Amino acid sequence: MQFDSFSAFINMGGYGFYVWLSFGVATALLLILIFSSILGHKKVIKSIAQRKQREDKLRQVRKQRQQQDKQLKAKLSEEVTE
Amino acid sequence: MWKWLHPYANPEVSYHFAGKLLPWLSALAALFLSIGIVWALAFAPADYQQGDSFRIFYIHVPAASLSMGIYFGMAVAAFTSLVWQFKLADASAAALAPVGATFTAIALITGAAWGKPMWGTWWIWDARLTSELILLFLYLGVIALHSAFEDKNLAGKAAGILTLVGVINLPIIKYSVEWWNTLHQGSTVSKLGKPSMSADMLWPFLFCFVGFILLVSVIVCIRFRSEILARNSIRPWVRTLVSKHIKEENNNAV
Repeated sequence: MQFDSFSAFINMGGYGFYVWLSFGVATALLLILIFSSILGHKKVIKSIAQRKQREDKLRQVRKQRQQQDKQLKAKLSEEVTE
Repeated sequence: MWKWLHPYANPEVSYHFAGKLLPWLSALAALFLSIGIVWALAFAPADYQQGDSFRIFYIHVPAASLSMGIYFGMAVAAFTSLVWQFKLADASAAALAPVGATFTAIALITGAAWGKPMWGTWWIWDARLTSELILLFLYLGVIALHSAFEDKNLAGKAAGILTLVGVINLPIIKYSVEWWNTLHQGSTVSKLGKPSMSADMLWPFLFCFVGFILLVSVIVCIRFRSEILARNSIRPWVRTLVSKHIKEENNNAV
């Protein structure tokens, strides 16, 4: 241990402000980078899931419409034959 | 000879490989950084000229050399992508850019905080500091280009060209302290042969340096995985993976 007391450790031989500024800024920037990276990963997954949901819904609607068309056509052809 | 590498060109394999590496890298990074930082702050001796302000060295130098190392890695990835159209290289270049920019910012800020007590000024427009600032702008330009295009292939190409043009800055940063008169001191660690540093200062530095390298790989793994997902969002494997994730999340919420 290079320092006799905790206050000497904080004081850093008079350079406390500069040393703690450096270590503080470095820690803060790295933490921001780490959390934004993790958050970004979750965001990507969410946006892909949303797109998938939208596409599934569109597909369902299309299927329904096709079925309705078919039914309508069947009805029409029945009416014509009658 | 290179056949073992081929499966890693598959995005799905790479995605899962990076995921498997993550916990190990994170644990090692935490271990090395905590040892290195505590050693550097409390146990390493003070410099005979610079006193305790010398402790800034333990983050300033790793950050500065990583800012250049990451740029070099990004340039290799950009070259691979431009020449061989290797899609994963683009993803890794995009993952590297924000990490490199952060380390460049850290190098600049800790350098200013070290320069104020030692040189009497926060900033001076000399060769080393100015070229490092240009490196930061190059990173910001690359990040901007990556996000400027909807089409990720086009974005990768544009950012790759800027990256390769910017490589000229690397030797300028490295040799600026020898080519020009500058306030910045020459290198103490990477001298050929023996570093001009005592062992009880060199060891904590090595722990910090290895710790930062591991931390970079952790963050790059996370971002690389996001890039792969974003670039392969219509592939079936991504679709099943995403719906599995969402299901798990819903289960946890309930």
